[in-house]
Amino acid sequence: MNRPAAKSLLAAVVASALSVLSPALAWEPTKTVEFIVPAGTGGGADQMARLIQGIIAKNGLMKESMVVVNKGGGAGAEGFLEVKSAKGDPHKIIITLSNTFTTPLATGVPFSWKDLTPVRMLALDQFVLWVNAETPYKNAKDYVEAVKKAGPGKMKMGGTGSKQEDQIITVALEKQTGAKFTYIPYKGGGAVATQLVGKHIDSSVNNPIEAVAQWRAGNLRPLCVFDDTRMPYKEKVTKDMAWNDIPTCKESGVNTDYVMLRGIFMPGGVTPDQVKYYVDLLEKVRQTPEWKKFMEDGAFNQTALTGKEYADWVAKADQLHYGLMKEAGFLAAGK
Amino acid sequence: MQEIQSLMGGFAVAMSWFNLMLMFAGVSLGVLIGVLPGLGGANGVAILLPLTFSMAQQPGGATSAIILLSCIYWGALFGGAITSILFNIPGEPWSVATTFDGYPLAQKGRAGAALTSAFTSSFVGALVAVILITFISPIIARFALRFGPPEFFSVYLLTFSAFVGMSKGSPLKTIVAMMTGFALAAVGIDTVTGQLRLTFEIQQLLKGFDFLIAVIGLFGIGEILLTIEEGLEFRGTKAKLNLRVVLETWKELPRYWKTSVRSAAVGCMMGIVPGGATPASFMAYGLAKKMSRDGEEFGTGKVEGVVAPETAAHAAGTSALLPMLTLGVPGSPTAAVLLGGLLIWGLQPGPLLFLEKPDFVWGLIASMYLGNIVGLIVVLTCVPLFASILRIPFSIIAPVILVICAIGAYTVHNSIFDVWLMLVFGVLGYVFKKLDYPMAPLVLALVLGDRAEDAFRQSMLGSQGDLGIFFSNPLVGTITGASLLLLFWPLLSRLVAIARGRNGNAAG
Repeated sequence: MNRPAAKSLLAAVVASALSVLSPALAWEPTKTVEFIVPAGTGGGADQMARLIQGIIAKNGLMKESMVVVNKGGGAGAEGFLEVKSAKGDPHKIIITLSNTFTTPLATGVPFSWKDLTPVRMLALDQFVLWVNAETPYKNAKDYVEAVKKAGPGKMKMGGTGSKQEDQIITVALEKQTGAKFTYIPYKGGGAVATQLVGKHIDSSVNNPIEAVAQWRAGNLRPLCVFDDTRMPYKEKVTKDMAWNDIPTCKESGVNTDYVMLRGIFMPGGVTPDQVKYYVDLLEKVRQTPEWKKFMEDGAFNQTALTGKEYADWVAKADQLHYGLMKEAGFLAAGK
Repeated sequence: MQEIQSLMGGFAVAMSWFNLMLMFAGVSLGVLIGVLPGLGGANGVAILLPLTFSMAQQPGGATSAIILLSCIYWGALFGGAITSILFNIPGEPWSVATTFDGYPLAQKGRAGAALTSAFTSSFVGALVAVILITFISPIIARFALRFGPPEFFSVYLLTFSAFVGMSKGSPLKTIVAMMTGFALAAVGIDTVTGQLRLTFEIQQLLKGFDFLIAVIGLFGIGEILLTIEEGLEFRGTKAKLNLRVVLETWKELPRYWKTSVRSAAVGCMMGIVPGGATPASFMAYGLAKKMSRDGEEFGTGKVEGVVAPETAAHAAGTSALLPMLTLGVPGSPTAAVLLGGLLIWGLQPGPLLFLEKPDFVWGLIASMYLGNIVGLIVVLTCVPLFASILRIPFSIIAPVILVICAIGAYTVHNSIFDVWLMLVFGVLGYVFKKLDYPMAPLVLALVLGDRAEDAFRQSMLGSQGDLGIFFSNPLVGTITGASLLLLFWPLLSRLVAIARGRNGNAAG
């Protein structure tokens, strides 16, 4: 027997010994894991969940299988209520959007992220202020001035959903600058980008991935990103611009920022062992080239917190949403 | 022509043995998915999406992956008609209108003819749409950009108008049915205000009333209840069981070329805009009923009444892929899932996709031609098999249908509550039938109610409450004008008749 073969045999023996021992050491799923998406098929959260499912299946990262289940009713309330009522069930995980915070506040449906167990943050989704490329506005300041000059409610801002992230950014922008938009809610981000290309609205706050194709085709122009630092991606997306070339809104004199959580939660009452399993599993997912490419294509902010840091971040974001929505008058009665 | 050359390149990509095998597998799977109510094309494609993930990593693999997924979609488009015709249970939302004449045909013992005309029209619809995509996609992509909220509302209005006056019964009953549909459509989250409506703090009502569950109950369960009352027997047992029925039906079909052309046009427009396959099928059926010479007899089992909705649904379903590829806007729920797939595979749908990934795009377009041919062959050869299902005694097949309906209702949202809801709708369907209330207006209002409402309120937000926005440009003005004309046509035609009568009297 030559030496490399012996080595690999040894490795195999050690590996099988470990796999025999491991159930005693760490928790593992014993049946199919349900991955709940509190939104419809085809949206940003759905895409990410199905990508994760695909990566796990392709690389054999989990023994049991994982199914993605869409429960988007009532602006996601359906999915969150299901996880809330599955207390102690380690075979359910949920991916979140900003509706974790906004839906209970806006509709009064009784759930909160505190009913769930935070697992980890996967990334933060960015928002960019977009205008039609045929308009003369070269930066956020010009555009805001034009909105003010046109008069309150004359310029139309399109976004996804009502009293959710897009409208919250719009309200924050209004509060910061004194400009007043008419906000028009649509059902999906792709539709918003197309409406902007067709000039049915004057601007949008689409996520990068929703608008990038139209940007590259020269139909849309990004004005600024609603984050406190620029996006790190320096590879050219269009002929002469990279994501990194888009200034932050702060730089452009519009002091507004907002990022959206893409994170994973479990039901309440699960053990630390069970949480650790998913933290590790998702860390393996994050290390794959497929995930890295997806992050780059969508120009995500790759901050990825776990444990207490994550919980603290979520608590802070919850407070922030409460403040923004209270000022905007979006809170449901009794909230 | 450059397009033909690109298309030939596409055929070269799509015509590998591996891809052809995928087409057969995809179409067969899709037909199965289409047959099961509830498990729609969107769900089917979503379930298989992660499987295609490793496939797409190989060179040229993205094309194979989309061929597999889009063939499931074609299969589902074909398959939806089968249960609509045999059991009055629409397998997919867009086959609701197929039940109106397809089921009566089957009851008359002409299930084979109904199935053949449904499949053939589906194929014709798809073919027209693919040809359109092949040659004038840049033009139609620009056309789609002109659709804002007012344009969408006017299209929905046109669908409603095309459908009003369809039922022969009392107009008041039609209004009651339609208003019930609107009320049910209003339950759940309101897109424009972000508030919950009519949920009464009941958790199960949060997601609203899904159109599919209502349809499975109203049509499927309601029909079973009626059959039980009438003596536990199917009325279509004498269906012919050989392939000759296909040829005989083909002889009859060219007669309805006008309906085919009109329905294909309606379908393509609705797919591109994107309004969706379901409204397209309703609109085409309504228009055919109004414009056909035999319009009065629609609903009693006319082949033309199957041709219209099936052509439109398939044309819309196929052309819905165009806005997905060129604009990144999905034209249907299934297209939305495919869009997600493209992004996951690392492709970027949008105006540049045709330039950057010509292999992929033209491979897909070529597979649309091939996939639909494969689909047609698969389903046509199975016509006798499908029709023979009707020979199984009712006492055996009815429980099976009931179970399939229950599974279908459950799969829509993975919720057991929906199964109960389906049964309630079943009783409602039975009562409607007994009291002679039309179900079509209820279903139409349920499927289009909230979309029409969203479009109307988005328009009103944009125009600050000025109704003039529905006439603000030639495009929207024409569509609104046409729908108003269609809506008041029964009244107008009566006025014209009266005026003529007077003139006649005066002359006499």
